[in-house]
Amino acid sequence: MVLEANHITFQYKNTNRGDKKHILYDFSLRIGSRERVGIAAPSGFGKTTFCKILAGYERPDRGEVLLDGKPLEAYGGCCPVQMIWQYPEQVVNPRLRMRRVLQEGDGIEAYILQGLGIQEDWLNRYPAELSGGELQRFCIARALGKRTRFLLADEISTMLDLITQSQIWNFLVEEVERREIGLLAVSHSMPLLEHVCTRIRCLEEVSS
Amino acid sequence: MEKKKVILDIRNVSVSFEQYERGFRKRKLPVIRSLDVTVHEGEMVAVVGSSGSGKSLLAHGILGILPYNASMSGEMLYDGAPLTKERQKALRGSEIALVPQSVAFLDPLMKIGPQIRKGKKDRASRERLNDIFRGYHLKEEVQEQYPFELSGGMNRRVLVSTALMGSPRLVIADEPTPGLHMDMVRRVMGHFRELADRGAGVLLITHDLEQALQVADRVVVFYSGMTVEDASVQDFQREETLRHPYTRALWRAMPENGLQFLPGTQPYVKDLPEGCPFGPRCEACTEECRREIPVRELRGGSVRCVHAT
Repeated sequence: MVLEANHITFQYKNTNRGDKKHILYDFSLRIGSRERVGIAAPSGFGKTTFCKILAGYERPDRGEVLLDGKPLEAYGGCCPVQMIWQYPEQVVNPRLRMRRVLQEGDGIEAYILQGLGIQEDWLNRYPAELSGGELQRFCIARALGKRTRFLLADEISTMLDLITQSQIWNFLVEEVERREIGLLAVSHSMPLLEHVCTRIRCLEEVSS
Repeated sequence: MEKKKVILDIRNVSVSFEQYERGFRKRKLPVIRSLDVTVHEGEMVAVVGSSGSGKSLLAHGILGILPYNASMSGEMLYDGAPLTKERQKALRGSEIALVPQSVAFLDPLMKIGPQIRKGKKDRASRERLNDIFRGYHLKEEVQEQYPFELSGGMNRRVLVSTALMGSPRLVIADEPTPGLHMDMVRRVMGHFRELADRGAGVLLITHDLEQALQVADRVVVFYSGMTVEDASVQDFQREETLRHPYTRALWRAMPENGLQFLPGTQPYVKDLPEGCPFGPRCEACTEECRREIPVRELRGGSVRCVHAT
């Protein structure tokens, strides 16, 4: 499968700062199922925004996102493009136990939990009772549902210590390779991207 | 570092919590079991450990602001004399500055400007604050706002400014940079470095070894409530110069060194193994490791491992 973003242009509305700057301007990217693409860009480039557009959380002002030539809306059920966010504590429902949080995913299999080092005991806890690193493992597991074809990882390991970071990335790379899931990794760490990705795209600030 | 005066000397400190489990049965939970850290004048020491290893408690212990159900033992010397409750109270906020981990430490009912100036209104403090804020891209009107009106990153920068206001002799920075952009992180770290270069001692508590290696002079590695190694930053250039197997595992997990995998997780304080806490994940673990392991000097640093050479 191929995920493509064609000529994406985007700006946020209702900002109270008067300047209406384009966050993204005429930006295109193509990712294949066997690819792991890294994006390195200065802060404020709109990396997170781009991930949100790819996953269907935001609509671009101009341009389109196509999965195998069809827009994302054409795929029913769980979205085949899944995003893992930078701050896990902001993307889990604080009132659900972790077991329920996982059920939000698309049939998460037990081996995924094992591979990510999720302890049985954590499933009965609430999000507030887990550390950032522990929560992030759940968020990654939740994104790895049966119908996931593309994975967008937006700075997913900044809050993790080195050993947890290596555990998680080793598992992710193996998993996406085996299941032929295309991966987009956003990170400020070039060494990390060089290690994880098959191709890296460095971006400059847009000037418009 | 010869002849530099020791500002802070922490020896064999432990912190435990009293917890109730099932009704009135109390139990002691040892969160920090044995901690040794020394900070000299003009030195930046990073305490590195993964989350849940008890790092923040160290900061709170030094300042005497542990929660009521925590108890502390061991020796803490500041300027060569024991750090008593009275001294903690007198020194914190003046000679010892804390940059706390959470923005919740700001007073929600006090405007930013007066809060950081501690009520001082003289010209010098006003100008000092304006200078600091300019450096952090905080507009002057921020001083007239309350913490809830600012974004997370802005509050973070406000917290860091508090440490730069006075002229502290010891700065304790507890994970000062999460949620900040990389260039802002660099700037904040640069300021801490500057404070150290002007003679203050800086204790940086972080989970981010790579960040610590960029600015610190020495790194103290923390695992499951114990210091396992004290090494200079230069020791991290090669794996062979590191002493403890956990530190070496950290080194190998750095992306530039291969992002290598270490299975298992850090044991939770409730079910710690006997002796070395790293034992269950260590290849070299032997019978000796199940006993209590003292810290020993080794090649200019120190290590808590019987096998290190």
